Amino acid sequence: MPPRVEDLLRDLAPQVLGVLIRRSGDFYAAEDAVQEALLAAAVHWPRDGVPAKPLGWLVHTAVRRMIDQRRSDQSRRDRESLALLQEAPTGEIPAKDDTLILLFMCCHPALTPASAIALTLRAVGGLTTAQIANAFLAGEATMAQRISRAKHIIKASGVRFRMPTRNELAARLRTVLHVLYLMFNEGYASSTGHELNRTDLADEAIRLTRMLQRLLPDDGEVMGLLALMLLIDARRRARINARGDLITLAEQDRTQWDQALIAEGVALINRAIGKGAVGEYQLQAAISAVHDRAARPERTDWPQILGLYGLLEQLTGNPIVTLNRAVAAAMVDGPAAGLTLLAEVEDRLRGHHRLDAVRAHLLEMAGDTRGAMAHYRAAAGHTTNLAEQRYLTTQAARLKMQAARDGVASG
Amino acid sequence: MRYLLIVNFEGGVVEAPMEEWKPEEITAHLDYYKALHKELVSSGELVDSQVLAGPNLAKIVRFGGLNAPVVTDGPFQEFKEWLAGYQIVDVDSEARAIEIAAKISAVPGPGGIATQQPIQVRQVMDQAPSDVAEMEAFLQQVGGER
Repeated sequence: MPPRVEDLLRDLAPQVLGVLIRRSGDFYAAEDAVQEALLAAAVHWPRDGVPAKPLGWLVHTAVRRMIDQRRSDQSRRDRESLALLQEAPTGEIPAKDDTLILLFMCCHPALTPASAIALTLRAVGGLTTAQIANAFLAGEATMAQRISRAKHIIKASGVRFRMPTRNELAARLRTVLHVLYLMFNEGYASSTGHELNRTDLADEAIRLTRMLQRLLPDDGEVMGLLALMLLIDARRRARINARGDLITLAEQDRTQWDQALIAEGVALINRAIGKGAVGEYQLQAAISAVHDRAARPERTDWPQILGLYGLLEQLTGNPIVTLNRAVAAAMVDGPAAGLTLLAEVEDRLRGHHRLDAVRAHLLEMAGDTRGAMAHYRAAAGHTTNLAEQRYLTTQAARLKMQAARDGVASG
Repeated sequence: MRYLLIVNFEGGVVEAPMEEWKPEEITAHLDYYKALHKELVSSGELVDSQVLAGPNLAKIVRFGGLNAPVVTDGPFQEFKEWLAGYQIVDVDSEARAIEIAAKISAVPGPGGIATQQPIQVRQVMDQAPSDVAEMEAFLQQVGGER
């Protein structure tokens, strides 16, 4: 499919679905019908040209599919709903709100994050089940089941196709942002070069978050999340080498960083922070921005990063943030300051590979090669992430060689 | 999170090999697996599930350098240590993987009693980090030369 047609279809997907749900009141059936209409368009449009009114074409096709489906369904001869469906398009529907309502619906708190991501990609993102399965490295049948189950849960929860009330809004928006964040997270894996043809979930998460940001232009955390994604994505090409190994920020080739994305992310985060009410995504974006703005690693403003981690720690109480703060503290005040901070979270994080990894790093900074080696090994044994494991194992191996060299030199 | 659930020929509390069970007990045993399989497919959690051919068809292959690969029988381990089959599930938590493993272990044997065969639960390494901002923070560590 030509990229222009695909982009158009993906943009129109939530709008068509919004129209159909409004007319039929049936999210489940409408979603299936829209998916079929999108597939039909993907066949016809590249061959016959894009119709003059693409939205109308899709609505018409989807409505026809839905009517066919209802007619073939003996158990329900709901003439009234058929009539409703057949009504001529009125064109008064605010498509802008529909997309937002759909996003709230698909990122429903009753769903597990994995189901919410899959459903959002299909209903709001306009991806096919095959593309979503490909993104998750799952079978198409498995993914179809997962989506269908998610739709059943939405249906059973009795949620209506309307904007959340003012009271619900903040909590529901948090769930939406979390789902988009996890989608981006999932996409990080496809950038390891391990799976070359995976559907790019990082791009998709950014596209959907951009859409959300256009719909809620004044929300600080929406801006913060978009900025965070852009600032992290800017380093995508530099983060992993050709062998798929992780490269630390200090060793990344900064000429590979995407300056346009950095500029956009920095502008967004500055605007967000100017609005007051600082949230978690904004702080994380701000930290990323400090790194991204340093042309060379030695120019990194570590005192500012240390301060930002302090704020993030107060806001979240997350002990992992304390680990990150310990790394920053070591850069500002030396490894002993970092090691002191680790003692604070030791009980809460015992056995967690990040605690061992940070300790190893700080011990190495302090000149304790053997201690560092032992903790790198312990960390490698506890991580469940392949790239991290390879990184940690390599660090331990490097220190072993160094210890052997030092041993020879001193003996 | 993905987990590999490993089933060996280890019979649990059942000593008698399946050939000595009553036919209806074998049917009940296999029907139980079928129902569980169906449940995991419809929940969207099952990634893969396979039953392996028996040990007498097993081969061990070693690279032979300039010569042909060396193919032998084996390994010569106890029957109960042989891998019988496995499932890969994609679940939301370790607790859920354990719950599924327990269901496998509850498969009925002779007399309709749960075999309690031991199921190994192994987490599959992830491509994606559990948290991307955390992964980026991890990369703040100024690693040594590579």
